[in-house]
Amino acid sequence: MELIWFMIVAFMLVCYVILDGFDIGAGIVHYFIGRNDAERAAVIRTIGPVWDGNEVWLLATGGVLYFAFPMLYASAFSGFYLPLIMVLWLLIMRAAGIELRHQLEHNHMWTSFWDFVFSLSSILLAIFFGAALGNVIRGVPLNAEGYFFEPLFTHWGTTGETGILDWFTVLSGVVAFVALAVHGANYLAMKTEDEMNLRARRVVGVGWYALVGVTVLSLWAVMYVRPTLLNNYYALPIGWLIPLAVAASLAAIKYFNAKGQDRNAFISSSVYLAMMLGGAVFGLFPLVLPALDPANSLTVYNTRAGDYGLSVALLWWPIGIIIALGYYTFLFRTFKGKVKVGEEH
Amino acid sequence: MESLTLDRLQFAFTVTYHYLFPQLTMGLAPLIVIFKSLAIWKKDEMWNEAARFWGKIFGITFLFGVVTGIPMEFQFGTNWAVFSKYAGGVIGQTLAMEGTFAFFLESSFIGLFLFGEKRLGQALHWVSAFLIFVGTWLSGWFIIATNAWMQHPVGYEIAADGSVHLTSFWSLVLNEWAIYQYLHNMGGALVTGSFAVAALGAFYILSKQQVEFGKMFVKAGVIAGCVASIWMLFPSGDWQGKMVAKHQPVTLAAMEGLFDTTQGAPLVLIGQPDIEKKRLDNAIHIPAALSFITYQRWDAEVKGLNEFPEDLHPDNIPLLYYSFHIMVGLGTIFIAIMAIAAIWLWRGWLFESNWLLWILMLLFPFPFIANTVGWMTAELGRQPWLVYGLFRTEEGASHMVSSGNVMFTLLGFFGMYTVLSLLYIFLMLRRIEHGADELTAAAAAVGGEN
Repeated sequence: MELIWFMIVAFMLVCYVILDGFDIGAGIVHYFIGRNDAERAAVIRTIGPVWDGNEVWLLATGGVLYFAFPMLYASAFSGFYLPLIMVLWLLIMRAAGIELRHQLEHNHMWTSFWDFVFSLSSILLAIFFGAALGNVIRGVPLNAEGYFFEPLFTHWGTTGETGILDWFTVLSGVVAFVALAVHGANYLAMKTEDEMNLRARRVVGVGWYALVGVTVLSLWAVMYVRPTLLNNYYALPIGWLIPLAVAASLAAIKYFNAKGQDRNAFISSSVYLAMMLGGAVFGLFPLVLPALDPANSLTVYNTRAGDYGLSVALLWWPIGIIIALGYYTFLFRTFKGKVKVGEEH
Repeated sequence: MESLTLDRLQFAFTVTYHYLFPQLTMGLAPLIVIFKSLAIWKKDEMWNEAARFWGKIFGITFLFGVVTGIPMEFQFGTNWAVFSKYAGGVIGQTLAMEGTFAFFLESSFIGLFLFGEKRLGQALHWVSAFLIFVGTWLSGWFIIATNAWMQHPVGYEIAADGSVHLTSFWSLVLNEWAIYQYLHNMGGALVTGSFAVAALGAFYILSKQQVEFGKMFVKAGVIAGCVASIWMLFPSGDWQGKMVAKHQPVTLAAMEGLFDTTQGAPLVLIGQPDIEKKRLDNAIHIPAALSFITYQRWDAEVKGLNEFPEDLHPDNIPLLYYSFHIMVGLGTIFIAIMAIAAIWLWRGWLFESNWLLWILMLLFPFPFIANTVGWMTAELGRQPWLVYGLFRTEEGASHMVSSGNVMFTLLGFFGMYTVLSLLYIFLMLRRIEHGADELTAAAAAVGGEN
């Protein structure tokens, strides 16, 4: 039972990262692709009708995590207290940036202010989310009761009195930043025309080299910080398909980008994100929050909720998700096609 | 200040602030559906324009509701970790269902409703308005069901590790407490929404900015507001009160400022509770009325606070008492004003009675106050429990988060929400000003076609 819910949470998290990932990514590359006010308005319009739905995946994932693994929710959220509250503030700023910009469409001071807020909060969110994943991979100082607290930073090392930020988690943040930038640029290439489309493709082309670089660097760093991550791969060799898929998706991004097939490039960067996350999850299982002292680690077994609750939710969850996917299909079909610069809502 | 106080303060502040927005969106959503229905049914472009106008106000308010709502779900984990470990397996269900069934629905169709009218056509545009209404009201249901479980826990068992496990899904989702609380709460949202519509209409008439739409808004707002105000007292308020009397008698005593167990207990209108001397000063009351409304007998016994050990008393009795009395007092005033307005509307005097339009206009902040103190009554009344009778508030906070860190984030929320408030007020004032021009243009276009 806990296995099924572990996979459901992982699936939802992957959906969140791919979906909100492209609108956060659009925020990262906002200024590169939108060179003037009208173009930046077009960037916002590509994500305008969908970003809120994308963010709901975060809330829905949080909700599922809460009832399926309450101890994990309690421990991780209180332990990551400061960064999570800051994530909340960033989410508020970003939402304001996206939605308030067009309220005074012809006031340049107003729009340029919200452009800045939108882009800055997107950049910081990408780094924070990456650093959060880095913390989970590195492990946190859990006590015997399963709780911990980390300050934002301490000595920047990965052992002893760790902080949220150290060299490894910052590296994870950079990986997320570059990956989402490429992903967001792929999305914008798919959704825009002419000049903006070409610019977005160029950002992907250049960003790709950085992405390959930080991916290789991060894989090396993971081996250094948590060598046990490989145990599952040795135990279940089919897992090696995941890093293979990471490499293949990287190659595919470059290939489709060069060919000008924006949609396929976007699908490739989605696969890349799914596989990077999937690879970490596969390696960690059954741990969900490793402790620096392995005896205190939280696993799917010691954090799960009761049997009845987990089984009854298996009845409503698929129904809800199928309906939600239906809304999504309808929404994306209604707003399909490219966004034109200078067009009103 | 110690951590626990700050944790409570932060949750209280952020949830109070958050609920200013959903009560308006949940109240406006059904009205927008009605406007849109009238537009299609009567083939009246004026009502269509009204739906668009309020749709825009809905859109801005919805955004503020969304962004201030996310911190609520997070705080269960960040500040109330011990409680989350204890009860997450139960209340997480309804929170997850809210995300899955309500948020996906709302977030998908809000964009379609606001920006998709041309692409969708009138029928599908109506459907998207209707689905937003369903989404906002479903969201309300799951949150009320979550709160209701904390007020009146059902369908659970205590597991070996001390946490609660769910044993009955339907008991949780259809908790008796949730049903009555929902009916009362949604009526409250409708009061806020309809009073806002009436107030803006009154403003447009009085300022002579847009008289035609002003009259439509006042009419719609007064009819809905009159029904909703009466509904809040009877039957929904009455049901809610009886629920409290049945399951939380000590809370009822505190709400009423009743210290001694009394047969034929009076209903207090005004008075100041003195906790030290255990008495109510300067009380003005209706004899025996509390016994009657609670038990339908004038001489029924109502238990006073002194009947219960002090460690079961709500920890802030005066605030609870005042919250409840402000709610009831405002509710009574709402009924009186809306009843007069409805009669004046029926007789055709309303749009010439500037004094009444002024009152309707100035009334708009008060439903927000009434809803807020209503929730304060529910939440202060639940104290000293986080889960009534099972789990005390003081046990629930995160141990590992120091008070300095909570103070930091609390101050951050103060700052952040101050900025949000200024933005919201600015955008609303601007919308009201520009809205008048848009409505005037629309009215001219409709007039031109005739």
